Amino acid sequence: MSAISDAALQAAPATKARGYWATVGRRIAHDKVSMVCAFVLLLIFLSALFAPWLGLADPYQGSMIRRLRHIGTPNYPLGTDELGRDMLARLIYGGRLSLLVGILPVILAFIIGTSLGLVAGYVGGRINTAIMRTIDVFYAFPSVLLAIAISGALGAGIVNSIVSLTIVFVPQITRVAESVTTGVRNMDFVEAARASGAGAFTIMRVHMLGNVLGPIFVYATGLISVSMILAAGLSFLGLGTKPPEPEWGLMLNTLRTAIYVNPWVAALPGAMIFAVSICFNLLSDGMRSAMDIRN
Amino acid sequence: MLVYIARRIVYVIPIVISVALVCFLLVHITPGDPLVAVLPADASQELAAQLRIAYGFDRPLPVQFGIWLWKAVHGDLGNSIATGRPVLSEVMRAVGNTVTLAVAAALIGFTFGLFFGLVAGYFRDTWIDKVATSIAIAGVSVPHYWLGMVLVIIFSVQLNWLPAVGAGPGGSGAWGWDWEHIRYLILPAITTSVIPMGIVTRTVRALTGDILSQDFVEALRAKGLRETHVFRHVIKNAAPTAMAVMGLQLGYMLGGSILIETVFSWPGSGLLLNSAIFQRDLPLLQGTILVLALFFVFLNLLVDITQAAIDPRIKRS
Repeated sequence: MSAISDAALQAAPATKARGYWATVGRRIAHDKVSMVCAFVLLLIFLSALFAPWLGLADPYQGSMIRRLRHIGTPNYPLGTDELGRDMLARLIYGGRLSLLVGILPVILAFIIGTSLGLVAGYVGGRINTAIMRTIDVFYAFPSVLLAIAISGALGAGIVNSIVSLTIVFVPQITRVAESVTTGVRNMDFVEAARASGAGAFTIMRVHMLGNVLGPIFVYATGLISVSMILAAGLSFLGLGTKPPEPEWGLMLNTLRTAIYVNPWVAALPGAMIFAVSICFNLLSDGMRSAMDIRN
Repeated sequence: MLVYIARRIVYVIPIVISVALVCFLLVHITPGDPLVAVLPADASQELAAQLRIAYGFDRPLPVQFGIWLWKAVHGDLGNSIATGRPVLSEVMRAVGNTVTLAVAAALIGFTFGLFFGLVAGYFRDTWIDKVATSIAIAGVSVPHYWLGMVLVIIFSVQLNWLPAVGAGPGGSGAWGWDWEHIRYLILPAITTSVIPMGIVTRTVRALTGDILSQDFVEALRAKGLRETHVFRHVIKNAAPTAMAVMGLQLGYMLGGSILIETVFSWPGSGLLLNSAIFQRDLPLLQGTILVLALFFVFLNLLVDITQAAIDPRIKRS
């Protein structure tokens, strides 16, 4: 009896099928659109990260005599802004704050929302009611309104933007996490863990988390695009980053007055937001279909 | 059905009270004294104390909330600090302009969204589907305030066809459905319509695809029904969900108009909110957010009830 199971165990690795995540990874790698998006995002990320070492002009150094140069001006490939600062440098440096304020709220909301949803879904009962009914209140506000209301009340600033956007996304992620968790909770393997004496925390951490994380993660990546647009939108209204910091939303705001002088330079920061947002959306779609193995 | 409606309405009451609480607390999470906004910079201690009592800031928070809620229920949202006029009348006047914009945008966005969605779902995985889904993805990914700027650059700055800002010639307040006014509506409405267009396209495409893969469609075809008739069944089955999504989108357009109204200086609730924020006009801020959120809550209620009324599957669950 034991000899057979030993043999079976030894044979297992040889016949082991490719794991779920390896399959998903392979499917994404074969999706051209996803790969192009990942490449573009990586390029924007790395150039923002390594901006000081790219030999760019000083993004803060303006000059009254070279304001609002056109795209393609020698030495200023993407022109200059309303204070004569190099647009290329400001767009690349601008990625630092724009990506931070756009992505960090989703990461924070992912952590908080997953925890809340997991607890609500697994424990159920009164705790579920308490958490989910509180979440419902935030659903009574359109997300743009909620973000602006909180930012407007807290005042302008990067930290306040991140806080307000996190508050906007926590309810959405919690709702997804709760429904996924409720679906997994009554499955046999959870029942087996409970029967073998595992505590609630252990079951949530060891048995549930791995099974619910995938769908929540895909949902969260889809939110990054909205978050980028909202974060830059807050700056655009004057509720986010403060000048002279380069940030795409704020740049779009300060360049708005220049649309009669040099319209296409004024539109550049928005094109960056658009590019990042659409790449995250396409990547999220690619991940969703890659994870849906049944199709 | 009546039981469902009653239950749904009862469920809205705690939501409305909580929404009011959130709006009330917004002013109190403001850093510093809420009086700062009303107080002149050189105000004396006595004046500050007087105003504190006049505004009721000296009382305990729950009492303040109770009084505020009682007044709000009776239509008194206080007076705007900047203009001195009642908040409610300021907000309602602005909301009218936002509704005009949202309805125009909904007409554009929903028409194209339904069309693209149905076509893409029906011709799934063909080039038509690819074009429609690309437009939809662009629609949901575009920073709409930037799209507004680009449209202004093209149609106002370069071509000089349409006005860049405002809601009527000579800054006149009254809106009219004539060409002189509609000219001002075109660019903001198109800008507002792209997100709902994208979302409706994606929803309807997925719905159509799902329905077409169901057995009953196969049965209808086997019965010898013409494709146009099959299509009618598809639309009937997709309608409840599609309508719910559109209702929600209308709510987002009404409540989330601040960015677009700022770009186009459109004198709606979003622009009002913008000025309330930057003038630190807290009663106006509070009141505008409350009215917009309540609009959204009741629109959601209406959507749920309509959906239940036209979709027998919901009542059963």
